[in-house]
Amino acid sequence: MQPLTTEQVRALIAKGKLKDTLFQALGIIFLAIGVAVIVLLVGDMIIRGSERLTLDFFMNFASRRASQAGILSAWVGSLLVMLVTALAAVPLGVAAGLYLEEYAKRNWVTEIIEINITNLAAVPSIVYGLLSLGIFVYAFGFGQSILTAGLTLALLILPIVIVSTREAIRSIPAMIREGSMAVGATRWQTCRYHIIPYAMPGILTGVIIGLARAIGETAPIITIGALTFIAFLPPVPFTATGAEGATAGLFDWLMSPFTVMPIQIFNWTSRPDPAFEVNAAAAGFVLMVMVLSMNGLAIWLRYRLRKNIKW
Amino acid sequence: MTANNASDLPQVSDRLAKNAMRNVSERIIESILFAAAAVSVLTTIGIVYVLVSESIHFFQNVSIVDFLTDTQWTPLFDDAHFGIMVLISGTLVSSAVALAVAIPMGTVIAIYLSEFAHPKVRETAKPILELLGGIPTIVFGYFALLMVTPLLQKVFPELPGFSLLSAGLVMGIMIVPYIASLSEDAMRAVPMSMREGSYAMGATKLYTAIHVVVPAAISGLAASYILGISRAVGETMILAVAAGMQPNLTWNPAEPAATITSYIVQVALGDLPHGSIGYQTIFAAGLTLLLITLCFNILGQWLRRRFREAY
Repeated sequence: MQPLTTEQVRALIAKGKLKDTLFQALGIIFLAIGVAVIVLLVGDMIIRGSERLTLDFFMNFASRRASQAGILSAWVGSLLVMLVTALAAVPLGVAAGLYLEEYAKRNWVTEIIEINITNLAAVPSIVYGLLSLGIFVYAFGFGQSILTAGLTLALLILPIVIVSTREAIRSIPAMIREGSMAVGATRWQTCRYHIIPYAMPGILTGVIIGLARAIGETAPIITIGALTFIAFLPPVPFTATGAEGATAGLFDWLMSPFTVMPIQIFNWTSRPDPAFEVNAAAAGFVLMVMVLSMNGLAIWLRYRLRKNIKW
Repeated sequence: MTANNASDLPQVSDRLAKNAMRNVSERIIESILFAAAAVSVLTTIGIVYVLVSESIHFFQNVSIVDFLTDTQWTPLFDDAHFGIMVLISGTLVSSAVALAVAIPMGTVIAIYLSEFAHPKVRETAKPILELLGGIPTIVFGYFALLMVTPLLQKVFPELPGFSLLSAGLVMGIMIVPYIASLSEDAMRAVPMSMREGSYAMGATKLYTAIHVVVPAAISGLAASYILGISRAVGETMILAVAAGMQPNLTWNPAEPAATITSYIVQVALGDLPHGSIGYQTIFAAGLTLLLITLCFNILGQWLRRRFREAY
């Protein structure tokens, strides 16, 4: 083999560096495509939907006339479903995470639970819809209610809450536990007064990300058979209902039929009349603002958390 | 301790009793926490139970051979055919399109962020990718139907208004953040000494990335691709909105077709009575979907174990 001349070596280096630069450019282009998609999406929805983004849009029910239709029942439904989801998923998820990190012994039962949580995270969301159609809607008789939807989404985001709880707990150093137990605290007292408070910001981040995922989920809610045309709100506790003299109980709203933002958007997107596309754009923009601000809050929270905590 | 004034001090038996009480309440709390952790296992059992029990009813009416080999899917017609291949073809074609976008884009972004990008760029890009991954799928569906399809039609005028192609492309964009972020984590876990060894031999950054870092992180990359596949196979709303819902046995992405998931949505939107054959088909379809994702997950776990490189 001939030894390379200096020029040839220089050419070789230049070629390698050129490839490096080209690859970097490709990486930046691909990243830019991702950013462009977000910008295009939000921009298009604002431009298309701007004429409908008035206060009336938030205060009107769905209607057959596109120009009068609003998202009142959808956003109220979304908020109530999220309330049920949070109330179910947060205690369950935190308790499960706490058990797995602080209590569980390394045995086959624990291993099954852990493998199971990993696998549940990969189950398509529509399968949760089928589960809840079979169990909550028919076996438990909850019907197509806010309660059913909230519980379905709670099961869906449970793995997210559990995993983030575990990560938050795992980052607490062992000396905290040792210190607590050294002064005579029981395991639960250690959890109650030290582990849970210190893990709270991390848990909160996971909960917000989970709820942001849940509020945008459409498939499982459609699968349980939620109606798309709802021109009323769930009953407010202790107010008169339609029936003579009857007042709504404290929990009647749980059993009420409902619609949510993503279903309203789906309904408007799938209509042939282009006037409804404007509504879909406006509602999509509102949903995007909800989801992006929740995700943004979570990302900011995690960033602050990393900066502030020094054990 | 003197025996004289023992009556003033807490008796040993009292303290034992208090300890016993504490132990009991600790036990109770532990069992409550365990129950919360067990909910995830119950969810899995519930999913399998619902899907299998309804599918058994279904397969009492339809033979498995017909289900797997028939080339028509017309469950709601008088002349009913139940050929799941029709729906599987739609699912596979749209997933293939999505992965053809997501795997190259996701991998290049991951390599760029992990090996080339300045830490500041990385710290900005990761949250943006996270926001992209958090966009509700119904909004992506809207994007596919009302923006990507018209755009593609300018290039290919004969493309129909609904197609697997535009749904698949947008699905790919949706999956990019998952693949990019998981692959990046895997590549960053490769020890610096390996890169340094490569640089010391005169390799360029790109050469090091492709011939040293990627092979070392291959199990993590494979895991991220598998997650991407599960996402694509289980994705529902983008397809329901943008790919049309007519069952169509085709391998051509430029045609409209139903997928397993969009069929479930279509049936759930209608008003099928509980217990009818149409109602049971969605559980048989759901079981098929779950089995497909399960196969990929098992494959993923096998790949991870087979190619794991420990440092």
